[in-house]
Amino acid sequence: MTAEAMTGHTDHIAEGTGHGTDATAARNRVLLGVKLGILSEIMLFGGLFAAYFVIRSDTGGWPPPGQERPELLIPGLNTLLLVTSSFTLQWAIRAIGRGDLRTMKRFLWVTIALGAAFLSIQAYEFATNGFGLSDGVFGSTFYTLTGFHGAHVLAGLLLMLIVANRARRGLVAGNRHTEVEATSYYWHFVDVVWLFLFSTVYVL
Amino acid sequence: MKPSPPSDASGMFPRNYLVEPATGLKSWFTTLDHKRIGVMFLIAVSIAFALGGFFALLIRLELLTPGPTVMDAMTYNRIFTLHGVVMIFLFMIPAIPSGFGNFFLPIMLGAKDVAFPRLNLLSWYIYLAGAAIAVYGMINGGTDTGWTFYTPYSTTTATKVVPVLLGAFVIGFSSILTGLNFIVTIHKMRAPGMTWFRMPLFVWAHYATAIIQILGTPVVAITILLVALERIFHFGFFDPNRGGDPILFQHLFWFYSHPAVYIMILPSMGVISEIVTCFSRKRIFGYSFIAMSSLAIAAIGFLVWAHHMYVTGMAVYSAMVFSALTYLVAVPSAIKTFNWTATLFRGSVQWDTPMIYVFCFIGLFLIGGLTGLFLGNLGVDVHLTDTYFVVAHFHYTIIGSTIYGLFAATYFWFPKITGRMYSERLGKLHFWWFTLAFNLTFLPMFWLGIEDMRRRVSDYPPELGTVNLFVSIMALNIALSVAVFVFNMVRSWARGPRAEANPWRAQTLEWTVSSPPPIDNFHDIPVVSAPPYEYGNGKPAPGGAPAPARPRPRP
Repeated sequence: MTAEAMTGHTDHIAEGTGHGTDATAARNRVLLGVKLGILSEIMLFGGLFAAYFVIRSDTGGWPPPGQERPELLIPGLNTLLLVTSSFTLQWAIRAIGRGDLRTMKRFLWVTIALGAAFLSIQAYEFATNGFGLSDGVFGSTFYTLTGFHGAHVLAGLLLMLIVANRARRGLVAGNRHTEVEATSYYWHFVDVVWLFLFSTVYVL
Repeated sequence: MKPSPPSDASGMFPRNYLVEPATGLKSWFTTLDHKRIGVMFLIAVSIAFALGGFFALLIRLELLTPGPTVMDAMTYNRIFTLHGVVMIFLFMIPAIPSGFGNFFLPIMLGAKDVAFPRLNLLSWYIYLAGAAIAVYGMINGGTDTGWTFYTPYSTTTATKVVPVLLGAFVIGFSSILTGLNFIVTIHKMRAPGMTWFRMPLFVWAHYATAIIQILGTPVVAITILLVALERIFHFGFFDPNRGGDPILFQHLFWFYSHPAVYIMILPSMGVISEIVTCFSRKRIFGYSFIAMSSLAIAAIGFLVWAHHMYVTGMAVYSAMVFSALTYLVAVPSAIKTFNWTATLFRGSVQWDTPMIYVFCFIGLFLIGGLTGLFLGNLGVDVHLTDTYFVVAHFHYTIIGSTIYGLFAATYFWFPKITGRMYSERLGKLHFWWFTLAFNLTFLPMFWLGIEDMRRRVSDYPPELGTVNLFVSIMALNIALSVAVFVFNMVRSWARGPRAEANPWRAQTLEWTVSSPPPIDNFHDIPVVSAPPYEYGNGKPAPGGAPAPARPRPRP
């Protein structure tokens, strides 16, 4: 989406004189909106993490007796994939900033592939874990936290697919690529949440 | 002040948002115009208000006599739950921000629309979807948990908790999107010269509200979702048998739901600030203090949630901390009250309907606020919790503040929204009837609470029967007086006298455009050169119009 399409400002808005007329203003609006949306998401995960830590501290010992955490190998690999994908997306943005659409598309697709790999591996992990959704608080908290995050990864993937489609149709250019930046904010946020998840749910 | 007779009573309205770009229903349901979306929200929340009021009357009908009157206890539990759910999630939270805020915030800033008009329309549809889900749950038996959905009861009761919960969950996103839209609009869409400290206080109030909407709502959203997951998939977050913690629910719930009362009241306080200065014909006293106290209320509001939980067995030490923090909220609230009072002092007060509502607001807010101090006090609350004292207290804050502000806003901006004047006589009748009935309904409840009448129980000691009978009759009078209001609004919109652009001689930007406003608000974006409330000092108004003289003769 272009910034104009995102804001939905039709002609009667855009012809005004004092403000909001040019692409820069529209871009600033979109990026501020995305930042605020991420702030809201931080509170959402904040609530989840708070619940998680309260339950952990209520329980004598974590994981609860008789239950074991998943092996670190698979989620560790996933962490690597997701962190890498943040870098590839950033390279895509640097490319489009130079006006290099080809490289941008290439790195965008690499990012999408990394995200898809993350989700697939996570699905495999869920399927092979020795505990289920309803196996007491350990299973509930584990799947709620990682599952919510997985849903956010999926949303990020969909956003990137939309961006890729727009790039294919020639709607993204060096001087109009707000949607790439906006998506990258969101993707980096999802990445950072994973780092917190990985360190608290799997490691600490 | 009497609105001067319209110069062209029979003529056509100027081109405006009500008829442009088209008048058909489709043009409304697909509109991106913040004014139309605001009007659609106002209509939707009015229907919700009627529904919630209907449930309130059923509550009072059952409480007409001690013992079972017209329904059994289980039905009663559902009725008071639905009253709370509808009034809070479907009515109070969206009413002023999504209705009047949508309509006036962009115009007050000198903008042609909000930052994200499509998101704005989406937020209306999300509200509608959430309301539909909640109503589906109500039709299919409703739920009996109380609007607070406390676990473990809410995870075990056989009633339809999930659809009602999900309705509230979905509506939350409408609230988040509105808040997000407002913050970006305020940051990025102000007209040239509209500096932060030239913004009307209504805008400041909505800025503070939007912060709560963005930061608080996601927490209750996740909490609601966890309850739903617990019911559907037997998660263990709140179930002690699985290692969960039922009190955790209350912490998460009140972390949002206490700030949510400020989502309800801050926009109303913004309305009061606008009206009190206009109808005193005097610059508002302590502009920056009123603006900053809104932010202070929003901030402190996030630190007091556990005062709803004194009797959950929490540590006495932490209860004391929350009690002390609760008292802190009184400071910015009192700053506002004092500043409004100081604005009235030596003003040329005009007693039109919006103003008498505002005047009454200040007194009722005092009652609501001071009884809040009783309940914020740890020792007193332990005795009063879950009694009708609490019911009386929060109805004084919610009705006495939010709804008085809502009525004041409706009368104040009715000419601007519709292009017509309401009937001042019916407005005054509504005011006196509503005010008497409201006070006579809820003042006795303080006493009933001290006499230990329990809330959320369909029965009470027989010796409290007379007072309850009286209260029920007065509650019916509230409904009748609101019928006068509805009649006035509908009839005046259909054939009230034409309103001029600025019937109140007010000085914020929405009054510089015609009534009803044109579709893009301003043909030329205004250049703002002065603070918003330069009443009575001969300086030009921010829109460039000459400062109006006082139109009222000295008594």
